[in-house]
Amino acid sequence: MSAPTTGTGVDTGEQIGAWETIRAGIRHSPELREGFAVTVAFAVVATLGRVVVPIAVQQTLDRGLGSDGRAGDLGFTVTMLLVATAALVLTGVASYFMTARLFRTAERGLATLRVKAFRHVHDLPLLTQNSERRGALVSRVTSDVDQVSQFLIFGGVIAIISIGQITVATVVMLFYSWQLTLVVWLCFAPLFLSLRFFQRKLSAAYGVVRQQVGAMLSAIAEPVVGAAVVRAYAVEARTQRRIDEAIEANRAAATRAQGLTAFSFSLGGVSGGLANAGVLVVGVWVGVAGDVTLGVVLAFAFLVTLFVGPVQMGTQVLTDAQNAIAGWRRVIGILQTPADVTDPGADGAPLPHRPVDITFEHVGFAYPGGEPVLHDIDEHIAAGTRVAVVGETGSGKSTLAKLLTRLMDPTTGRVLLDGIDLRRVPFDSLRRRVVLVPQEGFLFDADLRANLRYGRLDATDADLLAAAEALDLADWLAGLPRGLDTRVGQRGESLSAGERQLVALIRARLADPDLLVLDEATSAVDPELEMRIGRALERLMEGRTSVSIAHRLTTAENADEVLVFDRGRIVQRGPHDRLVAEGGVYGRLHASWVAQQGR
Amino acid sequence: MSAPTAEKATLRDGFAVLGVAIRREPWVFTWSTLGSVLFGALTVADAWVLGWSTERFVIPSFEDGELKPGAAIAVIALFVGVAILRAVGIVARRLGAGIMQYRMQAHYRRAVTRKYLELPLAWHQRHPTGQLLSNANSDVEAAWMPIAPLPMAVGTVAMMVVAIVQMLLADLVLALTGLIAFPLVIVVNVLYQRLQSPLMTRAQALRAELSEIAHESFDGAMVVKTLGREAEETDRFAARAEALRDVNIRSGRLRSVFDPVMESLPNLAVLVVLALGVQRYLAGDSAAGDVVTVAYLLTVVAFPIRSLGWLVADMPRSVVGFRRVSAVLGETGQMTYGEASAAGHGAGPARLEVADVEFAHPGSGATDAEPEPLLRGIDFTVEPGRSVALVGPTASGKSTLTSLLVRAVDPDRGAVRLDGTDLRALAHGELAGAVALVPQTTFVFDDTVRGNVALDLDLDDATIWQALRAAQAEDFVRALPAGLDTRLGERGTSLSGGQRQRIALARALVRRPRLLILDDATSAVDPEVEGRILAALRDQAEAAGHAPPTLLTVAYRKATIALADEVVYLADGRIADRGTHQELLARNPDYARLVNAYEVELEPRPVAGSGEEER
Repeated sequence: MSAPTTGTGVDTGEQIGAWETIRAGIRHSPELREGFAVTVAFAVVATLGRVVVPIAVQQTLDRGLGSDGRAGDLGFTVTMLLVATAALVLTGVASYFMTARLFRTAERGLATLRVKAFRHVHDLPLLTQNSERRGALVSRVTSDVDQVSQFLIFGGVIAIISIGQITVATVVMLFYSWQLTLVVWLCFAPLFLSLRFFQRKLSAAYGVVRQQVGAMLSAIAEPVVGAAVVRAYAVEARTQRRIDEAIEANRAAATRAQGLTAFSFSLGGVSGGLANAGVLVVGVWVGVAGDVTLGVVLAFAFLVTLFVGPVQMGTQVLTDAQNAIAGWRRVIGILQTPADVTDPGADGAPLPHRPVDITFEHVGFAYPGGEPVLHDIDEHIAAGTRVAVVGETGSGKSTLAKLLTRLMDPTTGRVLLDGIDLRRVPFDSLRRRVVLVPQEGFLFDADLRANLRYGRLDATDADLLAAAEALDLADWLAGLPRGLDTRVGQRGESLSAGERQLVALIRARLADPDLLVLDEATSAVDPELEMRIGRALERLMEGRTSVSIAHRLTTAENADEVLVFDRGRIVQRGPHDRLVAEGGVYGRLHASWVAQQGR
Repeated sequence: MSAPTAEKATLRDGFAVLGVAIRREPWVFTWSTLGSVLFGALTVADAWVLGWSTERFVIPSFEDGELKPGAAIAVIALFVGVAILRAVGIVARRLGAGIMQYRMQAHYRRAVTRKYLELPLAWHQRHPTGQLLSNANSDVEAAWMPIAPLPMAVGTVAMMVVAIVQMLLADLVLALTGLIAFPLVIVVNVLYQRLQSPLMTRAQALRAELSEIAHESFDGAMVVKTLGREAEETDRFAARAEALRDVNIRSGRLRSVFDPVMESLPNLAVLVVLALGVQRYLAGDSAAGDVVTVAYLLTVVAFPIRSLGWLVADMPRSVVGFRRVSAVLGETGQMTYGEASAAGHGAGPARLEVADVEFAHPGSGATDAEPEPLLRGIDFTVEPGRSVALVGPTASGKSTLTSLLVRAVDPDRGAVRLDGTDLRALAHGELAGAVALVPQTTFVFDDTVRGNVALDLDLDDATIWQALRAAQAEDFVRALPAGLDTRLGERGTSLSGGQRQRIALARALVRRPRLLILDDATSAVDPEVEGRILAALRDQAEAAGHAPPTLLTVAYRKATIALADEVVYLADGRIADRGTHQELLARNPDYARLVNAYEVELEPRPVAGSGEEER
């Protein structure tokens, strides 16, 4: 069993910058780039729709109503308005295509990201080391991704339209009067310049929000995952207090961020008011000099509105972006956490199908930032040997099992199976040939059949029964009222801990490995049944290699060889009888075991 | 309809959900709505300022050919003043909406988690963890999403009323023509709601499924990894993720139609008004200024109409989320407690009485048929200070029985009594004050070592260390980076199974319970450590001058069993025999076979060496 360690956590992505996040996000979801140019083209057309009405108003003012001093012209007005109607319909259609395309690319890209992140979580070492923070990992592949999707679609639409609209408005304004355009831009300049400041503030605020969401989810998971303990100790009040604190922290953070958002959003309107006044005053000033017409000055009033809208929406997008990027970062953070155990895939060397021999070559292991838990293990185990591993709690036995099945890689040295470095064995070969049965028999919330078939997906009912038979467990299976149809409940909790271990053993039997590693695999089973299974396993492992970690020394007594661990080193090795005679650590363990048996 | 979530979400349902929020936060709602109305009024005022400036400043200046500084300053003051007031309105509206939205979220999250704490364990066993997390998180979020655009929409209505009145006053015919757009807007909204709500229901259910799969899959990571099933798990997750993607794309397509239509309707109305306006102006029926006013007011209300659209667009998801949350809040069957009190620690060991108990697991597979009882006719008493070993083959009902003793579940028949009081008659917390269970599978809170051991008790460090020492957890806790204040579970600070079990043991010991139940609580530690723990248990009571607690141990190890005053031998959910270890060994062959299994195995292979043959 490993010593307590401070292992690697998941990269929270906090240090990734905003642009870097977006770039990395697009790299992980290439769909986001697909057909982007076309979407932007539609967006440009859709944006043009925004100027249709102001132009129509100006034209109607100047020529339809004849305010330019000429007579009104109904024919022109009608033609112009029909063109405007057509333009509205056209730009509306473009808007449909733009939004629909954004939805499609964003959803497709994020589905890819979600699945990638999910897969990567399974490739991370921490899942097997750390069970308490799973709620937070779930949030990364669920709500964090949803957050990004909301932004990519609406934020994307609004960002594109806003920039487009500002551009179009500027072009149209320039067409009417460069002086007034300058006035408008000057009025908005302070706002644009302050955006960077607000972006930093908002980014920090929303970083806190996403972090609090993670903490809150962990707290909410407590009464659900720990339902039994909470009731047994009647600590409902304390649990609720902790949840309330997390919820309150989340609420306060979100409200603070919202206040900042509201303030930055309101600034656009103030600039707008300034611009309106500026346009009228400067317009009159320039107009008096004869450079612009009355119609142009009034059209500018509409154009300023056209300008204020997107600026305000732009600040809004900036806000949403901070929230979404905070979520995106967290998802990308997972993908950037190195899966320190990597699959060599096609480049690797598959294991040949035969009993496996094991070589530990100066193997050492330390959890990141922790003390070494294994020192210089240098042993060879011949093919077809049944080895028992014993030692005190925390002496490094489980670590050895994890290295042997490549749940982790050694810090120093190498583990070789059949002379091949484990790091070079492709996972599909490794997982078929080498199976670890852990102490905790986790089952999925399905029927027994599905759980057993997890060992071999194409197994028939007959195969399942045969595997149970082989382990001398047929009577247990027959004793279940609904047999293979038995629902096992969440985590298998409708079965007892011992029964869950039985399922795990049958599952391993179905996988038919050449090297079987048992890590306290029968610790919750009664002694009689354990011995029965032990005998069955012995027959089954005939001609294969097995490594069993056990507290119950009966396993060691029956093994070909015993490896004795003490503080991360192998201190004794040999058959049980010889080791007992030798005394030492094994002698002490054995004496304690005998005393435990009350003999 | 069978499930509440399967029903269609109508506009009325959407407003009903908002009504809940408004009734709960009337003041914040009023404040943000006033902000919104202020904003709306000032938007209209902006039009008025523009008109005023045009008439009093722009046109006269053009006519006179000179700029009047006084009027210019007035124009600037008016525009900037209106803009600043409008900014105040915006902040009030948005901050108010935010406060309201997050308060409602927090309120419902508190309510949902309270419900989780109230509902019995059996209910939890029926509901997947991922789903419950999703209820408290994304469903609550979805339910209150429309609060964000709500004040804006309400303000919009106020603003629209003002604008419409102005329009009607300016030119009745033109105004009525332009207003044709409004009923169309309503029709489009209703239609949208109808089409969108089933998609949203489906999407929200898929979100919960995704969360369920992710949670279960990460939970079983060890199995997934050791059997190399990452690809299959990913496929399982991907299938749901892709289904969600497809539903979202379909719903997005609908929205892509809805948005431009909502946007075009008022714009088209403006064009119609302009055409009609010019025609009427030329015919002398309308004034030029009125045409401009009506057209401008229509564009002014065009944007807010979209905000109504956003409100409506969020509603289907909101209604669905609210229904899912309400389904949890509406769950009944919480555990009821009595009034009686139980003596706490210091009052000496407790007396445990299990009287003719029968129990069937509600979720034990047999969903349609009457579930097979797991325990039947369980009847025994443990006198104060005595210790009883509960022994039985795998799946004989031992853990189920311990869960009855701490009232995690209640028996279907019979009763469990502590010092003569039925556990169901005890007030909440009384039982936990007297009885502690160390379960087979431990749960560690996302908290410090101190928090995990003390839970709700206010204990000094010495007491906590003492319990850790007794549980043989002192050494590894001292080695942790921050000792008692090390947060377990955060950032990879992980404990092994044996270490977790010892933390759980310390959690029980620190309470000095009057009845201690150990459910195979030392299975993950080796014999040496177990020996030390058992010795410490005895010493601790002696050292404190307490009588040792009444002890009930589920065990397989003979040393543990032999220490007990009495053995209750459980087989197939019944008490097959009871007596001292020696008595049972002598008279019950099944029992003897069970506990002697290790030795029987060894008999044909006697080995030389230390004390092996001294049986």
